[in-house]
Amino acid sequence: MRIEITRDDYNKILEYARQELPNEACGLIAGTDGDDGVRRIEKVYLLTNIDHSNEHFSIDPKEHIQSIKDMRSNGLKPLGNWHSHPESPSRPSEEDKRLAYDKDASYMILSLMDDNNPVLNSFHVEDGIVTKEELKQI
Amino acid sequence: MTITVAGTKKEIENGTTIAQLIELENVESPEYVTVSVNEEFATRDEFETLELNEGDEVEFLYFMGGGQR
Repeated sequence: MRIEITRDDYNKILEYARQELPNEACGLIAGTDGDDGVRRIEKVYLLTNIDHSNEHFSIDPKEHIQSIKDMRSNGLKPLGNWHSHPESPSRPSEEDKRLAYDKDASYMILSLMDDNNPVLNSFHVEDGIVTKEELKQI
Repeated sequence: MTITVAGTKKEIENGTTIAQLIELENVESPEYVTVSVNEEFATRDEFETLELNEGDEVEFLYFMGGGQR
């Protein structure tokens, strides 16, 4: 799977994740799945981590619903979610894998462990098996 | 009666419960799905008993969470 994110949307995620430090930040991604096999993110949602924790996140369910409705009204498809790892690498933890229930979703993880070199990756998780997606900033 | 499921209007029988709707809609991995009715979340215990009403708006959502540890 190839997935594209605009620089602007990437910067929105990065800025929000830094603002939420030391806690993990989270949100949703929406867009389209093209006939060419490319998943295009057209909108990112910056949502509340109701755990307010530096090592766990849960997306606020009310905001989740509102975001889904917003996607629907804008003709966008829910594509997955993103969250930050303030102190660990950009790869799914055991907890991330355990809670990745949606096999159609892209799971994006932004590592802020090196403040000068934030790393964003996207993953597909199915039955606990993790596959890295080809993420391109456009 | 008419309800709205994930933004689409549907006709269902009076007295349909959330559990029955999950089956009717062929929801994938229902054990991991949370359900909201008019933006209020139903508890799993209510799935078998909570009957839907005319005009209800239902959403199926996968819980989204995780963590670095």
